[in-house]
Amino acid sequence: MTALLIKGVRPYGEGDPVDMLVRDGVLSEIGPNLAADGMRMLDAAGLVALPGFVDLHTHLREPGREDAETIESGSRAAALGGYTAVFAMANTDPVTDNAVIAEHVWRRGQAIGLVDVHPVGAVTVGLDGAKLAELGTMAASAAAVRMFSDDGYCVDDPLIMRRALEYSVALDAVIAQHAEEPRLTAGAQAHEGERAARLGLAGWPPSAEETIVARDCLLAEHAGGRLHICHVSSAGTVEVLRWAKDRRDVWVSAEVTPHHLLLTDERLTSYDPVNKVNPPLRTAADVKALRSALADGAIDCVATDHAPHAPQDKDCEWSQAKPGMLGLQTALSIVVETMQVAGLLDWRGVARVMSERPAEIAGLADHGRPLEVGEPANLALVDPDARWTVRGEQLASVAGNTPYDGMELMARVVGTVLRGRVTAGQERIAG
Amino acid sequence: MKHLLGTEGLSAKTATAVLNTADNLKRTLLGREVHKLPTLRGRTVVTMFYENSTRTRASFEIAGKWMSADVVNVSASGSSVGKGESLRDTALTLSAAGADCVVIRHPASGAAQRLAHWLHAEGTAVVNAGDGMHEHPTQALLDAATLRERLGPLDGRRVAIVGDVLHSRVARSNVHLLSTLGAEVVLVAPPTLLPVGVASWPVAVSHTLDAELPSLDAIMMLRVQAERMHGGFFPSAREYSITYGLSEARQAMLPEHAVVLHPGPMLRGMEIASAVADSPRAAITEQVHNGVHVRMAVLYHLLAGEEATP
Amino acid sequence: MASRSRGAANSAGGRELLSAGDVARTIARMAHQIIEKTTLDAEHKPPVVLLGIPTRGTSLAARLRERITEFSGVDVPAGALDITLYRDDLRRRPNRPLAEISLPETGIDEALVILVDDVLFSGRTIRAALDALRDHGRPSAVQLAVLVDRGHRELPIRADYVGKNVPTSRDEDVVVRLADVDGADGVVVRGGRR
Repeated sequence: MTALLIKGVRPYGEGDPVDMLVRDGVLSEIGPNLAADGMRMLDAAGLVALPGFVDLHTHLREPGREDAETIESGSRAAALGGYTAVFAMANTDPVTDNAVIAEHVWRRGQAIGLVDVHPVGAVTVGLDGAKLAELGTMAASAAAVRMFSDDGYCVDDPLIMRRALEYSVALDAVIAQHAEEPRLTAGAQAHEGERAARLGLAGWPPSAEETIVARDCLLAEHAGGRLHICHVSSAGTVEVLRWAKDRRDVWVSAEVTPHHLLLTDERLTSYDPVNKVNPPLRTAADVKALRSALADGAIDCVATDHAPHAPQDKDCEWSQAKPGMLGLQTALSIVVETMQVAGLLDWRGVARVMSERPAEIAGLADHGRPLEVGEPANLALVDPDARWTVRGEQLASVAGNTPYDGMELMARVVGTVLRGRVTAGQERIAG
Repeated sequence: MKHLLGTEGLSAKTATAVLNTADNLKRTLLGREVHKLPTLRGRTVVTMFYENSTRTRASFEIAGKWMSADVVNVSASGSSVGKGESLRDTALTLSAAGADCVVIRHPASGAAQRLAHWLHAEGTAVVNAGDGMHEHPTQALLDAATLRERLGPLDGRRVAIVGDVLHSRVARSNVHLLSTLGAEVVLVAPPTLLPVGVASWPVAVSHTLDAELPSLDAIMMLRVQAERMHGGFFPSAREYSITYGLSEARQAMLPEHAVVLHPGPMLRGMEIASAVADSPRAAITEQVHNGVHVRMAVLYHLLAGEEATP
Repeated sequence: MASRSRGAANSAGGRELLSAGDVARTIARMAHQIIEKTTLDAEHKPPVVLLGIPTRGTSLAARLRERITEFSGVDVPAGALDITLYRDDLRRRPNRPLAEISLPETGIDEALVILVDDVLFSGRTIRAALDALRDHGRPSAVQLAVLVDRGHRELPIRADYVGKNVPTSRDEDVVVRLADVDGADGVVVRGGRR
């Protein structure tokens, strides 16, 4: 591969613009006005360089629902969103609860080559919460699965959860919990509160999340193992996480989605299921708590919970609609708007929550690395001054279910580099 | 008024206009042998019922026919709906086939509003005949019409709504409409049958029926559905009936003029004693009767006006 | 049509057709004509019922009734017949509240019904009134009394009693004001291309 010179970029948005020389997939030189004789050049004037993003929570729908997303279309969306690694959730059809499916997903991702697609293995067979899946076999497979989750469903049986946490110790893996006590959310359609009461939507109480998070923190403390909490949605969960992290000896990490950082259940008055998501959009007070938790580390990282759905599963009655929304291509913009512009995170902080911490949590050695000579050239190039209007049909995903359709967002990923290969923003390359 | 999707947000002016029209229609038709008005001749009203409801559907059908509209009934069973056609496709099909108004009953909250959204370009009017746990605006309008007949203007009147408020679209529609019309509403129910967030509603909340009875001008008893009895919302039907049922003894605690309403169908002996349901203060058959005139008035306001009402 | 011919009290102006005094005299003359033409004081005649078409027709009917009683000593029942629900142009007009229908207790079966309106224009209002009457009973005969006939009929309808015939152009408005509705009597013509 020929060398690539990235011209005039500001790493972490700091200091004067520099050039970054990429050779053999590695950052080989960083400095002002590097010689460019004969190499391909990428014009990055005015852009901010961040380590390529890592998404711990993506639904790529393949195999099973290729009418909503494929590994290929999802990879393209990820690359356009600045991601160099994504974790594909196990709730495919068939479920990724065995090494064969896991290896298929991994190999398909590598063949497409736009982003490292790491399959997440199911915790239990068929996601049914009853019997542990073959975690060890998946871990030992070519896919080297290190994250397990029944996402979409909660591992609600405390004994199964305890066993999963214990068993995962030997695999150096993390158990990612979709925290939702099912008895408290039977038929639930919306955040249980004022809005749902008026709209006549069955309530999803925050306590259904908080009780599971508290329980699992105690289980993880007792059983060992690494616990990761998916899509934290409530201020109460933040309090539980602070307690577990500060006062107990628990290895627990947590993610928040961009939509929970921005949107509230105010959105529900239209009954447009594009706003239906699980866990549900909550209140402005929850949004505030989630933002400050992400800023101070009580929540470790941002994960998209990118969840494409075919039109017939969204353009219908609220209760019939499937929960979930697109997120890969809009995540950075939402994080910038809710955190960076708001002064809660600087660009280094954005790098931490979008790239470094998720890579650490998932145990990825070659992602989320510092922008230094000798490190892998995994980069997201961000135009901090961009303004763009989201159009669902223009996004790379097969489905178009973005809640930001028609909204003007700030900042945009304009280039992505995966091990020296430009996976998004090729149009900026000259030479 | 382009659609009638709910009573939340319905202005006092519009609500009163509909109620006045209903009064007028009732008087116009009083004692007449021919209950037919030519007003909506040539207009087509389609009723789409995805839940069984003989009384509401019949009421809409009679209302439409008395106004000379062509009324077409579509039911979920025995049609393409039963074959899995989406609500959206069914609605667009009916609209393309010439429906001027769609009356919809659906188990999903918000279904009527979604329908109005899908039919926006077609200009088809939508009437919500009950959507999930959300609203049932014509029921609230006929309740208000009945109370106005018995009590006069509702301003300052105190009305209790008793029972399963949590799952009741009738309760929600009545809360909004009655408070818009100036009545004080008090919800009486066990805490398990009140929605989280009820504190923001324009109502008082009580768990003690006996304490409320002497100050009421009207009391509306909600049906207790069998599935709630088994859902752990209260310990037993017996305890519910003892605590929240309108017994004869409780009826005696009501002021002389107070009216008893029930949206039906009633569970006699459960939420309401048989003798109370049959007593002169019960306005239950008037509710049904007024239902037709209120629905005629709604169709009139939706279909008889200028197409582009500002 | 009616919406163009009925004006509010505060929208005076235009060319005066009838002064307040003219209106009173015209109503009196129409009362005399009704008495004469219906041979009201004769025996074995069908009872006469005045039915005004709201809003100003109702008011006119009440005033005709007063004059008729004054001149003939016979009390003629008067009522109101709202024809909104029978209109054929509902879709072309803003939604409007319904007015009262009040028929005499004796009913209208076998009666001579005299419909009363302020302005006769296209005739569609009267056609609707005839449809409405049919649903309320079977009069022995129906006649029509109007304060102003402005022409431009669209249906084969003519009035039996006319206060004043006024040639107008279609784009003019004939505005009738009556004391109990508008505060004062008077008829003016407004608008039109000059």
